[in-house]
Amino acid sequence: MRLRAGWIALLCAAGLYLIVLITGRTGLLNPYWLQIFQFAGIMTVSGLGLNVIYGYTGQFSLGHAAFYGIGAYTAAFITKSAATGGWMLLPALLAGAVAAGLVAFLIGMPILRLRSDYLGIATLGFGIIVKVLFDNSDAVLPTLGGSRGMTGIPHFTSWTWVFLCVIGAVLLVRNFVYSSHGRACISVREDEIASEAIGINTTQYKTLGFVLGCSLAGLAGGLYAHLYTFLHPMNFDFLKSLDVLLIVVLGGLGSISGTVVAACAWTLLLEGLRVVLPTEILDWRLVIYPLLLIVVMLLRPKGLFGGNEFRFLKPEERR
Amino acid sequence: MTILIQQIINGLQLGFVYALIALGYTMVYGIVRLINFAHGDVFMVGAYFGFYAITRLALPFPLALLVAMAGCAVLGVTIERVAYKPLRRAPRIAALITAIGVSLFLEYFCSLRFVFGPDYRSFPRPFAVRNFDLGGVTVSNIQIMVFAVAIALLVLLQLFVQKTKTGMAMRAVSFDKDTARLMGIDVDLIISITFAVGSALAAAGGVLYGIAYPQINPFMGIMPGLKAFVAAVLGGIGIIPGAMIGALIMGLVEVLSAAFVSSTMRDAFAFGILILVLLVKPAGILGSSTQEKV
Amino acid sequence: MRTRQVIAAGWAIALIVGLAGCGGGTSNEVVIGHVAPLTGDIKTFGESTKNGFQLAIEEANQAGGLLGRVIRTVIVDDKNDPTEAANAAAKLINQDRVHYIVGSVSSKCSIPLSEIAQSNRVLMITPTSTNPKVTVREDGTRKDYVFRACFTDPIQGAAASRIAREQLHAQRAAVLYDVGNDYVKGLAEFFRDAFRGAGGEICAYESYAKDDVDFSALLTKLKGENPDLIFIPDYYNKVGLIAKQARQMGLTAQLLGGDGWDSPEMTRIAGDAIEGGVFTNHYSPQDPRPEVQTWVAKYQAKYGGKPDALATLAYDATLLMLEAIRRAGIDDPTKVRDALAAIRDFKSVSGSITFDAEGNPVKSVAVLQYKNGEQTFMTSIAP
Repeated sequence: MRLRAGWIALLCAAGLYLIVLITGRTGLLNPYWLQIFQFAGIMTVSGLGLNVIYGYTGQFSLGHAAFYGIGAYTAAFITKSAATGGWMLLPALLAGAVAAGLVAFLIGMPILRLRSDYLGIATLGFGIIVKVLFDNSDAVLPTLGGSRGMTGIPHFTSWTWVFLCVIGAVLLVRNFVYSSHGRACISVREDEIASEAIGINTTQYKTLGFVLGCSLAGLAGGLYAHLYTFLHPMNFDFLKSLDVLLIVVLGGLGSISGTVVAACAWTLLLEGLRVVLPTEILDWRLVIYPLLLIVVMLLRPKGLFGGNEFRFLKPEERR
Repeated sequence: MTILIQQIINGLQLGFVYALIALGYTMVYGIVRLINFAHGDVFMVGAYFGFYAITRLALPFPLALLVAMAGCAVLGVTIERVAYKPLRRAPRIAALITAIGVSLFLEYFCSLRFVFGPDYRSFPRPFAVRNFDLGGVTVSNIQIMVFAVAIALLVLLQLFVQKTKTGMAMRAVSFDKDTARLMGIDVDLIISITFAVGSALAAAGGVLYGIAYPQINPFMGIMPGLKAFVAAVLGGIGIIPGAMIGALIMGLVEVLSAAFVSSTMRDAFAFGILILVLLVKPAGILGSSTQEKV
Repeated sequence: MRTRQVIAAGWAIALIVGLAGCGGGTSNEVVIGHVAPLTGDIKTFGESTKNGFQLAIEEANQAGGLLGRVIRTVIVDDKNDPTEAANAAAKLINQDRVHYIVGSVSSKCSIPLSEIAQSNRVLMITPTSTNPKVTVREDGTRKDYVFRACFTDPIQGAAASRIAREQLHAQRAAVLYDVGNDYVKGLAEFFRDAFRGAGGEICAYESYAKDDVDFSALLTKLKGENPDLIFIPDYYNKVGLIAKQARQMGLTAQLLGGDGWDSPEMTRIAGDAIEGGVFTNHYSPQDPRPEVQTWVAKYQAKYGGKPDALATLAYDATLLMLEAIRRAGIDDPTKVRDALAAIRDFKSVSGSITFDAEGNPVKSVAVLQYKNGEQTFMTSIAP
């Protein structure tokens, strides 16, 4: 059967989900690792978003964390203000994603005209502006906390939610990429002028890619807010944007599998270093991490997956 | 009115320091199309070299400045050889990520106790501060020194790039690397020289920054590096005079918006103006949009 | 390629499960955790608290341990990042199975830490976080497993305002604060409200950003307002810079600040500019009380150099934790928590400690002044 690879993959995913769920519930897997796995999942969703923007559509965005933050604050604001109940997470997440997407649409209109490195600067600048706004947010809405941080967010995120969002994001991005819209975005990445010449509305597709990617970032942000229950503007500054960029490039631009693997590996690496290093040289964790980064880039400059995908993600005719 | 002039002077001081950093960014970008994120940290290392030269080796200021510049030139070339050169044929983004890695490494390595340590150090001043009152506007001898040294270095750089053979080679390589190679230019050497000169300038910026705002710490390079990078792009990336102009504008906008608009939103303002400028002139102030031939 | 990936994945899972399984103390140990920013921009603060913590534990172990058992410590780094603090907390509690945590330094790290400690019934004392939300939630609920060893922002801000009005006789005050730093911002706000309430006038309330080093714009603005006093509740490194630049510009106003000023580096950074500056602190190293003098001597002997307020508070917090465990007589966080809450007039370095209903210590605020380059005791404000 031609669909076998895809079904096997789904079964494995379901299996992984159940393993973690059961070991988590019974205590075999302690809550620390459960939290880390959830964080890895959140970074995966955010990374997939940036992959759509940069890996597939070729738009160099350095402000990804800002949209992550917009989603986080929006979702948190909704659950804090509205009635509580775990189901509230769904509309909150959607609201976060929509808010991020909306802002992306508004800012994208003027900005996406810029060429590569200049676009990077503009998005970087936008990211910094958003962070400054977050720092001063308590002047507008005291519950957002400003630089004191936003507290009291209900802990709604669970392994189930994160897993569903990751699967959803992977399926969404995969289907987008292999559709005609995705192909249009890829052609914009490859050669903008040629794409215009064959009749692709590059502005439309650049905007589409950007909005989709930023919405995923917003979704990830909402999940993050309800996992750590505390939001502080420093978690949405440009250094965090660099973290996501790192993940996407490390995994390989234009590779969904790469982003998933890299997000998990990156999270686990940082935490693994924390667990493994003895107390006296704890501060070497952040010296070793960039060294490993440099080594990986020198060895595999195209990223771990370099544009390839797992077989089950590719549609049949491409295998 | 005098307040305005006072703030303009403050802004120019900051701008000149940014200019020294921005030049390194723009030169390296012009030649290898790389945004060298580690540049801000070379600036930091330069400040520390100067600090140790003055405090441990008891060198006079001009000599300390030279030591810092030389030390960072070596550092810059080493980084280039180890981390960027192997990636010249790779996609540009790979070198960018490596640059981020180098930047993080420099910051955290230097904050280890046995290296520079994480403490905020007070940078020694070569002479006592004296203020001159020019018609209501206060100018300190520190500010004058910053202006003098920065302008001198900028002039030297311009002369070097425009009037020497190496400078011409640098310009040739940034224009078209392969043709330059065909003309017999040792491209690798020129790239190394570019990194060396850029890093030396950043080091000078670091020392001047330490003297002007007398405090250094291993993370001091992040924000100035970022702002200098923005300045370089603002002026037209790859264009040396553009970097100078962009940096001065950044310094002025930062100080003036803090003084006259709102200090809380100062960064938002600076970057907001940047985005507006880019929307009007997408290639930067002095940049020219190249016509792409298909 | 596929088989290799599968094998690699298999190893990774095995490693994780293996690591997940291990951890936890043996039955003849009491495990106490410490969370501090050992890397990042406030690394020096983390080192101070770590020193204070370790000194207290060492002393206790040399004196025979706790409940007849050896005390083992687990120290984790939170990088002064709330997410890292939450991850570090999860590791300490679930992986290392600690029941008692001393930490963290900054409020933005202590708040997520406190939520995790509370929901896991792990006793936590923060030595230095001053945001009231660490021990009491926004909706008013008390996190009863969370305590602190220092006074809160509202107390310190009010004390500073009293000094400004009563001791320094200031009528017009200017406030400079870091908009991105919750501690500084909080102090600034509480000072402003208290000062206004006491009849003073705030002639300028300006903010700057964390990485700013050039305050000429702000100070020029201030000069125009001619304040009697400038309140700068930031840390010594910033305050030193601002003080220097202010004096350079000819601003002669009295300088006032908070416990962030306390550092041996202050005079090195600020030089003469800080002369006459007044600040509130947790204790005074010149306090003739024996607890203070022996502490200063001990610290100097082990680490060379005088202890700053953070090290002192961490030492006190650890002593409190150890004392509570002793009094409870059993390694059970709930019983220890009750013992801790019941502590009265505990003689710590930073004063006599009694906890109030919100887990905050009721203690006096020491007021110090820089005279001839040294911190001298000025007065103390009782609660």
